[in-house]
Amino acid sequence: MNMDTKPKKGLLLQAWSLLLKPTGRWSLGAILVVGFGAGVFFWGGFNTAMELTNTEAFCISCHEMRDNVYREYRGTIHDSNRSGVRATCPDCHVPKPWFYKIKRKIQASNEVLHKVLGTIDTREKFEGKRLELAKHEWTRMKETDSRECRNCHSFSSFDLSRQQKRAQIRHDEAMDEGKTCIDCHKGVAHKLPAGAFNAEREMNETWNAAHKK
Amino acid sequence: MKTKIMAIAIAIAVVLGLALGTSTGIAADVKALRDTAVNAPDKAADVFKVQDGVKHERAYRQQPPLVPHATDKYEIDLKVNQCLRCHEWPYSDQEKAPKISDLHYIDRNGVRQDTVNGNRYVCTQCHVSQVDAKPLVENKFQPAVMNR
Repeated sequence: MNMDTKPKKGLLLQAWSLLLKPTGRWSLGAILVVGFGAGVFFWGGFNTAMELTNTEAFCISCHEMRDNVYREYRGTIHDSNRSGVRATCPDCHVPKPWFYKIKRKIQASNEVLHKVLGTIDTREKFEGKRLELAKHEWTRMKETDSRECRNCHSFSSFDLSRQQKRAQIRHDEAMDEGKTCIDCHKGVAHKLPAGAFNAEREMNETWNAAHKK
Repeated sequence: MKTKIMAIAIAIAVVLGLALGTSTGIAADVKALRDTAVNAPDKAADVFKVQDGVKHERAYRQQPPLVPHATDKYEIDLKVNQCLRCHEWPYSDQEKAPKISDLHYIDRNGVRQDTVNGNRYVCTQCHVSQVDAKPLVENKFQPAVMNR
């Protein structure tokens, strides 16, 4: 063995040492300009690609969504109404603020895994899982004080006098008691799972035990 | 034997012919509530605004109470009955909604059950939203209460 030659570096180590060395060829200005341009391109590209996954068309490109939840959503108030303003899948199911959006998108990679595994690829499997999936969404809404609802429906902009009597009374109570939209408005855009009311009661009990003294 | 069969066949033919003759005669006089031609599609039903918050009394003793709110968005199926979410005890106390009559818990053998019985499960079959709809045909019915 020749002791003079240094042991040969791996490819990754070579690349790393290249990154650590200052360049002798490019000016700092060129690096900054190119880096800035490339940064704008990649950041814009990233957000554009992510926004593409935030469309109704993307959601219903999977039959699990198209044949179950989307079919039920059709015709509900958020899909068709007198003024034609719509709230589509991502308006309720993906947060708007960037940090929470990324967090939800990372969680959604689990949904891609289950798409591959075929966890809910038949109606029967979907119905079997439905209560659990619904509970995930109810919990998420409860924890964020129904943030996605309130993007459009804000308590502070409610004109109670223009609501129906029953709604006036209940909304007034809800504001006083610090309730959140999902406490009452479950199954607004989708059908409820079997056992929804018992699950609701259990959820409220655990929530109240944890949050009210 | 052959003549007997012939006689029966002729008798049937005569009776059928008579029935056909009279029924076509009557058909010309029938005035159906459905005022479109037989081969035309139904007219769309009128849409009435639900009278929310006003209480209508029963017009006769056995009348299922009317519902003073819209019911079209409530799910009633094998999985869930959203009416029960407010009107079944103990929700009815919590939501301050009228409680379902105890008669709805009696099954067809007369045994009282703990949940609303299947034969009373589809609420909207009897309880409809109250609207200002005029009677389809003129009639002499007098409601028992006059404050309507």
